[in-house]
Amino acid sequence: MTDENTLLIEAGRSERHYWKDLWRYRELFYFLAWRDILVRYKQTVIGIVWAIIRPFLTMVVFTVIFGHLAKLPSNGAPYPVMVFAAMLPWQFFANALSEASGSLVGNANLISKVYFPRLIIPAGSVITSFVDFLISAAMLIALLIWYRFMPGWRILALPFFVVVALAAAMGAGLWFTALNVKYRDFRYVVPFIVQFGLYISPVGFSSDIVPERWRVIYSLNPMAGVIDGFRWAILGGDVKIFLPGFLMSLAIVGILLVSGIWYFRKTERTFADVI
Amino acid sequence: MSAVIKVENLSKKYIIGHQQQERYIALRDVLANGAKVLFHRAARPFTSKRPRFIDPSREEFYALKDLSFEIHQGDRLGIIGHNGAGKSTLLKILSRITEPTSGRVAIKGRVASLLEVGTGFHPELTGRENIYLNGSILGMSRLEIRKKFDEIVGFAEMEKFLDTPVKRYSSGMYVRLAFAVAAHLEPEILVVDEVLAVGDAQFQKKCLGKMDSVAREGRTVLFVSHNMQAISSLCHRGIVLSRGKIAHCGTAISAINYYMGSFQSAMDGKMLWDATQKNLPYSDVVKLKRYFIEDENGEVPDGRLFSSKSYNVVIEAELLQNDPRLIFSLIYYAEDGRLILGTDIHDTGGVDFRTMRLGNVRFKVPVPTELLANKIYEIELLCIIHMTAWILAPQNESRMRFEFFMDKNDNPNNYDKILSDLRVVLNWDVVAY
Repeated sequence: MTDENTLLIEAGRSERHYWKDLWRYRELFYFLAWRDILVRYKQTVIGIVWAIIRPFLTMVVFTVIFGHLAKLPSNGAPYPVMVFAAMLPWQFFANALSEASGSLVGNANLISKVYFPRLIIPAGSVITSFVDFLISAAMLIALLIWYRFMPGWRILALPFFVVVALAAAMGAGLWFTALNVKYRDFRYVVPFIVQFGLYISPVGFSSDIVPERWRVIYSLNPMAGVIDGFRWAILGGDVKIFLPGFLMSLAIVGILLVSGIWYFRKTERTFADVI
Repeated sequence: MSAVIKVENLSKKYIIGHQQQERYIALRDVLANGAKVLFHRAARPFTSKRPRFIDPSREEFYALKDLSFEIHQGDRLGIIGHNGAGKSTLLKILSRITEPTSGRVAIKGRVASLLEVGTGFHPELTGRENIYLNGSILGMSRLEIRKKFDEIVGFAEMEKFLDTPVKRYSSGMYVRLAFAVAAHLEPEILVVDEVLAVGDAQFQKKCLGKMDSVAREGRTVLFVSHNMQAISSLCHRGIVLSRGKIAHCGTAISAINYYMGSFQSAMDGKMLWDATQKNLPYSDVVKLKRYFIEDENGEVPDGRLFSSKSYNVVIEAELLQNDPRLIFSLIYYAEDGRLILGTDIHDTGGVDFRTMRLGNVRFKVPVPTELLANKIYEIELLCIIHMTAWILAPQNESRMRFEFFMDKNDNPNNYDKILSDLRVVLNWDVVAY
């Protein structure tokens, strides 16, 4: 019984084949993401409209409050475009977070009946939110055309920031998911964090208005760096990226992702018992 | 022959809370407890011993204890045992859903486990989409599913409804489709939980046939069921689990006999089953209290019923929600555990849980004494949230055994022992022509 294809089940053993298993179950990952997307856009026509309306309305409100009433600067770009460039990654992050945190509990019957690397489920919800992100991105393009605003060469760097946004959403999502299974009342905390995050992240305003000496501290919020990156890439012009702050955010994203995976895997084996 | 599954000293420990309904921990409790500990430390900074707050309502419970056995290539093993004996836990460990606390299992070959029919089915998706989804959940590759797609659809007999959302399916169609997908898995080792208890009789037969052919191809099958007939026809080896340990191991027939023997002693008591101490699921929908048999005078008989009297089965419960999916069902078994009669609350169509007044309810169902023969029977109450969950599954928990005596000479040619499980008195008309 020492064959290559012999599977050993022991306490604490699941570690060993984990990444290989994850690769083996990639089709399931694809199917679950496909299911979520299909169901989401099948159930309601509102599905797609929802992905557009939410960031749009938030953008209008922020433009009126911060741009017109508070008269905050926008670095030369039209205020709505500046807000929307930030809205895009933020909505993605917020959606991914709330979707992922409920995903395991929502798929409890799967978890208690079938084996697969549990990482697939929250990762699937992040991907579903990513589809919403793409739809909103189309909306940004419409907005750019409306304002006849042409992004410069920096737009080529956008994919990099998208990847950072994905990593941030994934890292935080994994933490939330695992905590949500373990402490079931954690779900009351999630909307609060998302709500709170919207105001402390530079979504409605440019992060330039944060005093210089506070900016590194401010960048402890991983989304601050991501949003700055999005603005830098899309708006071009005089938007500057504050490098120490951005590196800080980047480091936080890295820590979040690695620790998220670590914590998720640590708690993963007990999921079926507690869910 | 070499062992394809080797289980060594397998144990699984659960922590159960007696007071709590929920199994998970609340963050607020953790924070509150942490604060308590902190406070104690602050109050007595020099005691090195950390005060521990042990919750007296928590208790360790071994679902499996030091289990060891081997399964060889091509074995068809039936696993039987009372509710809570550890069958499901064993299957869950073998399917890698949960980890053992100690001990180890070595498995050679690809395992597919079928612990539930239709896992992951989504009501909004069409039959076609669900076949792909369910197939991949059960471990088939996309290519494999595409190759077997027509076969699956043919087996389920539902070509016409492929593009209809599953939510519009009847429950029979749903189960057929779900099982059809599962039946086309081609693993080396197949692990099946009690999933054949659903669907109509004809389809059940088809499923058993399919399982049988899977087994005859030389694949290894592990099968948990309370259907002794299915076990005896499908399996040639049997294990009886009792309180997390192997109570008996041998041929399927010997295991069944051992298991049925363990019921004998249960016949002396009154025909009453009390559910108030049981922790049944869905207690927010209905709280089952008890069920019992009473005669015309309202008395609860012991394990002897007579054809000269008439009896009712009385079910008492507290209805807390108007859930139309709720089903109560009474099943009669023959002495050896074969199902012979079943009736459910929706038989006559007069019961509607959507409009029923909430609160305490009593259901009364006559015992069909005119059908029973001079034999030993078992009666069992089942409670189901339709297509969702068992509140009270067919697991012998609520099963009561009684002996029936025909003391009224209602049949002139009253055989002392009738060979069939049931008897019926019919009118024979003589018509000359």
